[in-house]
Amino acid sequence: MRDVLLVRYGEVFLKGANRPHFLKVLTDNVKRVVKPLGGHVWLSDSRVYVSDFNDLQACIDCVRKVFGVYSVSPAVEMEKDLDVIAGACVKMMAPYSGTFKVLGKRSDKKFPMNSMELAAEIGHRVLEANPNLKVDVHKPQHKLMVEIRDNAYICVEEIMAVGGMPMGTGGKAALLLSGGIDSPVAGYQLMKRGVRLCAIHFQSPPYTGELARDKVMQLAKKLAWYSGGMRVYLVPFTRCQLEIHEKCPDELGTLITRRFMMRIAQIIARQFGAQALITGESLGQVASQTMDALCCTDAVVDMPVFRPLIGLDKTEIMDIAQRIDTYETSILPYEDCCTVFTPRHPVTRPKLETMPKAEAKLDVDALVNEAVEGTEMVILEA
Amino acid sequence: MRQAYLDNSATTRPCEAAVEAMARCLREGWHNPSAVYRPAVEALRAMRDARQRLLDAVGGAGCDAIFTSGGTESNNLAILGAVGRMRGRQVLAVSAVEHPSVRSAFDALAERGHDVRVIGVDGAGQLKWDALEAALNDGASLVSCMQVNNETGAVLDAARLHETVNGRALIHVDGVQGFLRVPFDMRLADLYTVSGHKLHGPKGVGALIVKKGLRLSPQHVGGGQEANLRSGTENTPGIAGMDAAIRELTALGPDMPRQLMAKKLHLMAAVRRAVPDVIVNGPAPEDGAPHILNLGFPGARGEVMLHALEGEGIYVSTGSACSSKKLKVSGVLTAMGIPPRTAEWAVRFSLSPHTTMEETDYAAERIGVLYDQLKRFQRR
Repeated sequence: MRDVLLVRYGEVFLKGANRPHFLKVLTDNVKRVVKPLGGHVWLSDSRVYVSDFNDLQACIDCVRKVFGVYSVSPAVEMEKDLDVIAGACVKMMAPYSGTFKVLGKRSDKKFPMNSMELAAEIGHRVLEANPNLKVDVHKPQHKLMVEIRDNAYICVEEIMAVGGMPMGTGGKAALLLSGGIDSPVAGYQLMKRGVRLCAIHFQSPPYTGELARDKVMQLAKKLAWYSGGMRVYLVPFTRCQLEIHEKCPDELGTLITRRFMMRIAQIIARQFGAQALITGESLGQVASQTMDALCCTDAVVDMPVFRPLIGLDKTEIMDIAQRIDTYETSILPYEDCCTVFTPRHPVTRPKLETMPKAEAKLDVDALVNEAVEGTEMVILEA
Repeated sequence: MRQAYLDNSATTRPCEAAVEAMARCLREGWHNPSAVYRPAVEALRAMRDARQRLLDAVGGAGCDAIFTSGGTESNNLAILGAVGRMRGRQVLAVSAVEHPSVRSAFDALAERGHDVRVIGVDGAGQLKWDALEAALNDGASLVSCMQVNNETGAVLDAARLHETVNGRALIHVDGVQGFLRVPFDMRLADLYTVSGHKLHGPKGVGALIVKKGLRLSPQHVGGGQEANLRSGTENTPGIAGMDAAIRELTALGPDMPRQLMAKKLHLMAAVRRAVPDVIVNGPAPEDGAPHILNLGFPGARGEVMLHALEGEGIYVSTGSACSSKKLKVSGVLTAMGIPPRTAEWAVRFSLSPHTTMEETDYAAERIGVLYDQLKRFQRR
């Protein structure tokens, strides 16, 4: 008899012929996160199991953050002997009170009782041992699962996990990571769909300092946990900003800056092998995030731009940031860009046709290439 | 890359003698000075000698020195400890430009119901003496002022403070920035704060010098070390390091502050040549402390100038923090009546006796070049 963690997966079930591939990726991802805890991981009968961990709670905490996992249950594995199973069930149910039901499942048809008989027998023995419990087969408060497979497994507690798709099954994309609250959340949302990310951060020394860079690295590191590492591209952006500030209409400054970021990001994304860009924009949050403004920024790239936060309110974004533990870092006061470059009255309804004229005095390609060439790449370990 | 470390008011590089003394203490003199066998007694003796040298440096014949973990703890012990021995609600006076470790101690006392009077300063950082007089007339029992302002280098007129108080209140002087660089005499105060790492000593060690007979309530309780005022096994390696640093600075002789001032004025002149419209925040350079210079470069945010200088290997600091949403400017500069727009440009240069002319010249030259670039780009 030993403690194991039973890991259920969610949407992967919907996959057809390529389900084994998804399951292999999922199992590998679980293996990666439990490795520091010494856990042994295997896939069996449409479940992932973890055993031999040195800390159950730590194991639960990290496995439930693996994308593709639907829920986890601390379970007990034992030999297929009715008395042993019943004894373990009685012990497991001892702290509970209220209503319960036993769910029997038998994939090993050599076991002498069928699922119904097994459930009835276990239910009887648990009831006898614990007077605080009553049976309710329709809406039970606790579901005791008893499964007869290669071994017998029992569990009662089910802890919901993050869901999503296994990391790496959703393709690659490049996240524009600013250091604010939104962009890490946007990255997380797509990582949850199995997308492998690189992060692109724009630096403007001397207008931004080492602390701003350190903050972005801390945020990237939080995201890197989910994918077992991440590349961060640090783009020198001062020259672009100064040129825009000097040569473009002030009220369009932020928008033109965004357009430069997108152009540069697209080139870096291609180098990384990404097929899309991800930004943390939310419709109408600031002047550069109105629909007109987004049309102007999208016009400079051919790649799809994913904006998973587009329909979320700031408070909703903040809630997710809290949950994924990026909020505290995001609100550190080191800004990604100084107010020197923030127009006092940015346009909220820019016209796409006016953009080429507004950028006419800039050598766009030269500036973009210079920034790309000066980009530094840092590989973050998980 | 060439470098210039001009942030000595933040911390100083520990001198070789300090590192050496600490290593020796850790390797050989590590015994607990409270123990009773010979090596322990030697550790006790070394600490006693260090204490005496510390007192000698401020004419502290009638004083005791309590070793602490540094400036913050010493300031807390002085203020909370002194008021802790007083009965009933007190009137207390503190200058408007104190370090947070002093201001926060008074804030805590105000919360406990004491009447805390914040004494303003003029444009040069000098106390408004009539406001202090008024607080004293209302029965103020403790006055706390810093000897040298950490941001502007304004120097306290300690003799005038002593004269004004005239025995009516206890005087606490925070000497973290002033000790050894601006002479001080313990006849002018009752409590004096010292920190090790501003003097080329290690971090984590400092002292509070206290007039004999003045009773403080301890802020740490335990084994009763340091005359029961600072329980906890003494930080003998830190004390040895601070002692070595004090000895080294003292060995530079009584002329050291004048030489330091010469370096500062040299930097000032060089910066002025490079940037003619530079602004001096606080006292005129020749009136301030010999090692602190607060300058404003019109149109260039202090923080941006700081990072630009950092790119050239020149390390300075600023009182204001930049944030695109809100601008926080230094409370010290605001208290001196400097408008936020000007305070935003402030950069602090702080020197040490070990600062070289090459460093100051290099910094001034780069400031000129960088300023020409930065002033082109201002918010419209």
